Amino acid sequence: MSLVLLAATAVLAIATFAFRFGGVALRQRIKLSARVERLMTVAVVALFGGLVLTSAFIEGHGFAGFARPAGVLVAGVLAWRKAPFVLVVLAAALTAAALRLLGVP
Amino acid sequence: MRSIKRTWRLIRRGYQEHRRLVRDIALVCLADGLVGASFGAIAVSSGLPFWLPMLLSVLVFAGASQFIFIALVASGGNPFAAVLAGVLVNLRHVPLGFAVADVLGQKMTHKLWGAFLMVDETVAFSIAQKTLTERRVAYWTCGIGLFLCWNLGTLLGSYAGGFITDTAVFGLDAAFPAVLLALLLPSLKDAALLRAALLGGLIAVLSAPLLPAGVPVLLGLLGMLAAWPQKAQTEGKEAVQ
Repeated sequence: MSLVLLAATAVLAIATFAFRFGGVALRQRIKLSARVERLMTVAVVALFGGLVLTSAFIEGHGFAGFARPAGVLVAGVLAWRKAPFVLVVLAAALTAAALRLLGVP
Repeated sequence: MRSIKRTWRLIRRGYQEHRRLVRDIALVCLADGLVGASFGAIAVSSGLPFWLPMLLSVLVFAGASQFIFIALVASGGNPFAAVLAGVLVNLRHVPLGFAVADVLGQKMTHKLWGAFLMVDETVAFSIAQKTLTERRVAYWTCGIGLFLCWNLGTLLGSYAGGFITDTAVFGLDAAFPAVLLALLLPSLKDAALLRAALLGGLIAVLSAPLLPAGVPVLLGLLGMLAAWPQKAQTEGKEAVQ
């Protein structure tokens, strides 16, 4: 079993590194026009949009509960009002923790 | 030795010039360190060998895929399935690498180590900065800091076993999306980018119940489509400026 786990870890590590390095190497080989550069920015923002919303709302394959998205919403409003970053992050965690303490899932 | 001293001087100078940025990054490192502790604790308390979470944190260094990997292995799942799930979750690193290639520059050692340290937070911090120097400082500070904190957290969590198995109690699961959102927000002032982010988020969330983890976020790339009509106009504006 240990040997299988060791091999599995190695494969995951190598694949992960290959993705990371592959993206970097690929980008540096291709000369992009201003239009495609702009498209790249759009792509990354869309990707992060997906990452923010899934990590706020989804746990496994279902809804993560109300406490987490509520925390992220409070953080979003504070960030939008240009609150210091520390406050934004702490507010997210504290809101979610407080709601859970009150019994909100 | 000389190069260590030189590196240290660079770090100190970087800190003095970009104090606020480094402090923001330190906060994220601390939060991720606690999540790393919960990762180690969950792995060991679900009966996996002590070395496994440690090895994953050092070699893979990608939180979401590590959690999915140990969850599948610990529940008696096939290790191949666990690897496949982890690989799917990390596929988004290809477009992320694309986004930070200019930050890493042309030197091979920088590309290799930089790619190794690439995670969502590193990329998000880096692309949120204005100048190339700031992007570089953010990338390397965040990458090295997160690597150290994540691994230290995993080590402590694995040793201490059950002391933090559930970071949800501290609301730390809300910290990750909050950090990414705060870093993304300034670029959302651009209407086309806002539409892309919203559509990407919507596609990802709606497809999440149906598809394996990792795929919905990649599908979020389709959010680009929402920026299409505006493109010509934006380019025109830039040309005028």
